[in-house]
Amino acid sequence: MGKVRALIVDDSSVMRKIVERSLRQAGIDLSEVREAGNGAEGLGALSESGVDLILCDINMPVMDGIEFLRQLKTVENAKDVPVVMITTEGSESHVVQALSVGARGYIRKPFTPEQVKEHVVPLLENKK
Amino acid sequence: MKSTHSMMTREGAPESWLPLLELAVREVFEIMLGAQLEALADPNPPNLEFTAMVGLAGQLCGVVTMRCTAQSAVLMTAKMLSIDPKDAEKQVWDAIGEIANMIAGNFKNKLTGMGSGCMLSVPTVITGGDYSFHSLADAGPTEVMFSFEGGPVIVALEVHS
Repeated sequence: MGKVRALIVDDSSVMRKIVERSLRQAGIDLSEVREAGNGAEGLGALSESGVDLILCDINMPVMDGIEFLRQLKTVENAKDVPVVMITTEGSESHVVQALSVGARGYIRKPFTPEQVKEHVVPLLENKK
Repeated sequence: MKSTHSMMTREGAPESWLPLLELAVREVFEIMLGAQLEALADPNPPNLEFTAMVGLAGQLCGVVTMRCTAQSAVLMTAKMLSIDPKDAEKQVWDAIGEIANMIAGNFKNKLTGMGSGCMLSVPTVITGGDYSFHSLADAGPTEVMFSFEGGPVIVALEVHS
């Protein structure tokens, strides 16, 4: 697994920092971390170049994580990027909805760095 | 995870929800802050200057609130971000709101059959203790009261039927 460019989409800047720290603690060598406060900003952050991994919240103002996933499919340089949801919305219906619109993993808050590693590392290894 | 009732509680919602609320709070503090909550000695602690609120809507309607002192809020932020408390002040509102959000989400996810029909609001954080809180909930609050690093943390759930 080489260097990884990640996009973290969450309306909490504190949570974005914690997710970034968890990725580093999971042994992921981050070459670049982009941050966005909602789905619309997340799409904007992908307008010029893609990333290798996206971690995304669901409940956000302006554009939530589910709509972000839907619109991501139309972004040429990001439509195949693995997306892992990290959210307080842990019900079965939310998980099914997220997976049905393209999420590749689902982590419920509160979460440990081990859970991040368990969900994210296989996705990055499969990309190689 | 160990769950004791040595901490103080006040009940309003169904009795079975009290241990779930307690567990939801303990898990968030243990997993995200690496902190064990202790029993609170004083049932009416002063200077609860921070109040974080998360609304519940849908099958379960109501509000989850977390109250604490300014010092506790800064310490929670520092613990969660692994930073020095003196560097934590700018991020206190965001951190306290996110802790309340995780408690509310963790609690509703523990309610069998209820979680999927219930949505959470974006958190709101109030600072200052001189205000009155009027809820339209049918019963009084279900409260769990803890000590975090010596400071009080009170989490309450108020529900509409």
